[in-house]
Order: sequence, then structure tokens, then C-alpha cells
Amino acid sequence: MRINGNANASFVQVKGVSKWFGSLQVLNQVSLDVPEHNVVCLIGASGSGKSTLLRCLNKLERVEEGEIVVDGVRITQDKLDVNALRKKIGIVFQAYNLFPHMTVLQNVMLAPRKARSVPRGEAEWAARTLLSRIGLEEKADEYPDRLSGGQQQRVAIVRALAMEPKLMLLDEITSALDPQLVSDVLSLVRELADSGMTMIIATHEMGFAREVADKVCFLDNGVILEEGTPEQIFRNPREPRTREFLARVLEAEKMA
Amino acid sequence: MHALHQVLHAFFNLHSFTLAMPDVWAGFRVNLRMMVIAEVLVLVFALSVAVVRGLPGRGAKPLRALAILYTDFFRGTPIIIVAFFVGFGLPGLQLGYISRLSATTYGIITLTLVYTAYVTEVYRAGIESVHASQRAAGRSLGLSYGQTMWHVIIPQAVRRVIPPLLNDFVGLQKDTAIVYVIGVTEAASQAQQFSTQNGDFPSYLVAAVFFILITIPLARFTDHLVAQRERREQAQAF
Repeated sequence: MRINGNANASFVQVKGVSKWFGSLQVLNQVSLDVPEHNVVCLIGASGSGKSTLLRCLNKLERVEEGEIVVDGVRITQDKLDVNALRKKIGIVFQAYNLFPHMTVLQNVMLAPRKARSVPRGEAEWAARTLLSRIGLEEKADEYPDRLSGGQQQRVAIVRALAMEPKLMLLDEITSALDPQLVSDVLSLVRELADSGMTMIIATHEMGFAREVADKVCFLDNGVILEEGTPEQIFRNPREPRTREFLARVLEAEKMA
Repeated sequence: MHALHQVLHAFFNLHSFTLAMPDVWAGFRVNLRMMVIAEVLVLVFALSVAVVRGLPGRGAKPLRALAILYTDFFRGTPIIIVAFFVGFGLPGLQLGYISRLSATTYGIITLTLVYTAYVTEVYRAGIESVHASQRAAGRSLGLSYGQTMWHVIIPQAVRRVIPPLLNDFVGLQKDTAIVYVIGVTEAASQAQQFSTQNGDFPSYLVAAVFFILITIPLARFTDHLVAQRERREQAQAF
């Protein structure tokens, strides 16, 4: 299935991807390269296509035009084993999406047990280890609704990590959180970045994007209008639309 | 005054009521057996039909159509007609084993066929009420469609539909009396026999009391579950 073994090839390659919801075009000729161990942040207004792009990468959404290659596998082909693809891509959603009928531990253990056939004892040990890393081992037997939003979101990240993914997609994971709960989640993501996890992060946290990203992409109406290093994008944006967007976000942060 | 006394005597004669009890109870035990077996079968079959109805993809279209046909047919047909089909039709077909079952078994088959159709719709509503993001979360972790259904969607769906499901079971329990038309010796038929022999009606009252006695706990239990969920949802809202 691998079409290249080139060490320099990007882990994720998006080439000319377009997508429509009905007559509304949500992605327009998007191209993006993400080398292994890199962190790419997607910024832009709500509805600019950030989430849709992430959801195309693990095939939660279908792409109508263009090509996506992940880890050497062309995922835009018809006969793709989506379950195999998703086992190596973790995604974390804005609304956590923990399973409310399972304890924290069961949430983390489910996919390794069922999708990877890891024996129960081993899966439990791995899950407890991960939970203790984020300081939530004593919540292992609680149900998600007993946890704060920040704790739930960290469990959701750990649930994805339990599958030992090679790529993590984070879809505005702090947008539903109270401001004082954001920092715990972000420091976990920072740790992941430091450990060399390849990540694509859709976010409204500009300070965080600036700090953690190797590359920042500004999306506007389904187009990657501008991309570059955090320095370039935040210090010296080329496009007027980018400048306008950043000015608006900074204004909003001042008001808060 | 005399007429009223006659009515009271015909329906509420305590002596006759007590006399009828053993026979009607013996019949009612058949009702109980039919209820329990049919309910277990309905729980399993209805879930299967509901899952089949929700299968995705074009390949599953014939299966989906079959499931829809099934629910349409058995929800639309009066149970007494289904009872005739099963209780008189199957024995008449000379299908070997299937044609030599007991009347009680035909009764159980009738109840299962009809109530599976109702409960399928209940399950289906429950499955559809689980938010799409739960399915997305399950599939994103690499779980297959079936695994996501079994471990993520169905447990949540079942919890939500327990009250309406128990409501359908109250109906099933009462309908165990209908299958007396295909020759099942149960509470209603025993009551009728006793009434004919004695020329009065307290035996019917005995049967009614038995049915009510097992329905009330189920109804209160359903109320309790509904109230509990409302409390929990209110607690979450704050």
C-alpha cells in the first residue's frame, strides 16, 4: 500500500482538495504538507473549513476532488480500509464526545481492546498509566459527567493516545471550555508536541498556535489563503484578510 | 333495588370469587409463562430488526426493505388475525415439527411476532436519538460499524427507551389473554368456563385482578425510571 518510502516525504500530503456540502463549497483547492513530527495550526473564522479539513483526513468526510496521502497511503481511493487508517490517526473533538455510559477507564480502554485486540489486563495497565500521566488516575472509575470540561477533554485526548496514533487531529479542543480550564488542556498538547507527535490543530488560541506550531495556515472561505511560520503569519501577514482576522481576534481577546 | 342486588351478586359474589380463584390462577400461570418467554424473545428480535433497519449502504437495501415490510405488516394486522394465522394456519400446513407445537407455543409465537414489530420502532427511535458525534467518536477510534453500534450506540439507546419499552410490555401482558381464541387454556378461558358452569361472573373479576396486580408494579417502575431520568437531566442542566 505504501507508495513511497522516502524519508523526506511529508507524513500528510493534501493536494488540491475540494469539498461541497450540497451547493456550498467548503474546501476549495486546498493543498497542505505536514512533515513527520511537525505541528501545523489551522486558524481562521468559524466556517472557514478548518474542521472539515480535519474530518477529511480521517475520512469522517468524503472528499469530492483532489488527493490526500497519509503515511504513504492514498486515502482518497475507493477501496480503503478506513478502520486501519483511523487506528493510526487520533482525533479530538470540540465537544469531547466521551462515551457517557462508560467510566473514564472504559472510555480509554474500549478501542485498544476492541479494535486492536489488546488483552484486558494490558489495556487497563496502559490506560491507567496514561491517566496518571495527566493526573486523573483517581477519576478512572468515575463517569464522564462527574468531570469538569477540562478533565473530560484531557480524557478524550488520552483516549485517542491509547491507540498509539502516528498523527493527532485536534478540532478546536478548547473552544467549549471555561477560560480557566483551557491551560491544563493546552499544556498536555504542548507535551505531545515536545514528544514529537505529528499534529494538525484547528484552534482559536492564537498565543498557543504561535508558541507550538511549526507552520500556521490561515483559512478563509475554504481556501488556505496564507501559510508560513508563526513569526511570518503573526508578525508580518501578507494578506489583508489575514491581517483583518488577526486584528479582530486580538480585539476580542482584549475585551475578554 | 332488587336489580342492583342481582347485579352485585352476579359480579361481586365473594363466595364465587373465592371458588373461581384456583382454576383461574392455574390458567394465569400459563399467561405468566407466555409473557416472560415472549418478552425475552421480543427484546432480542426487536433489537436485531431495528439494527437491520438502520444498516447503511446500498448493499443492505433489500434487508432494510424486509425489516420495514415486517414491521408494517405486524403493526398493521390485528393481533387476533395473527393468532388465527399462527394457531390455525401453521398446524394446517403440515410442516412437520412446526405444525405440531402446543397451543401455548403458538400463542408465544403470535405475541412475539406482533410485539417485535412495536418494540423495533421503540429501539429505532432510541438508536436515532443518540447524537451523531458519538458514532463519529467511535468510528474515529478505529472501531468498526458493528463495534460502534454494539459498544457505543446501543447501550445508550436502550437506556433511553426503557420506559416506552416497558409500556409496550404492559400491552403484551394483557394480550396474552387474546390467544385463548386459538385454544390456549389460560386465565381468560378458565374464567369463562367457570362462569358458564356457575352462571355468574366473579371469575372474570378474578382474572382481571391477576392482570392488574402484575401490571401495576410494572407501571410504577416505569414512572420511577422516567422521574429518575428527569431528575438526572435537571441536575445536569445546572
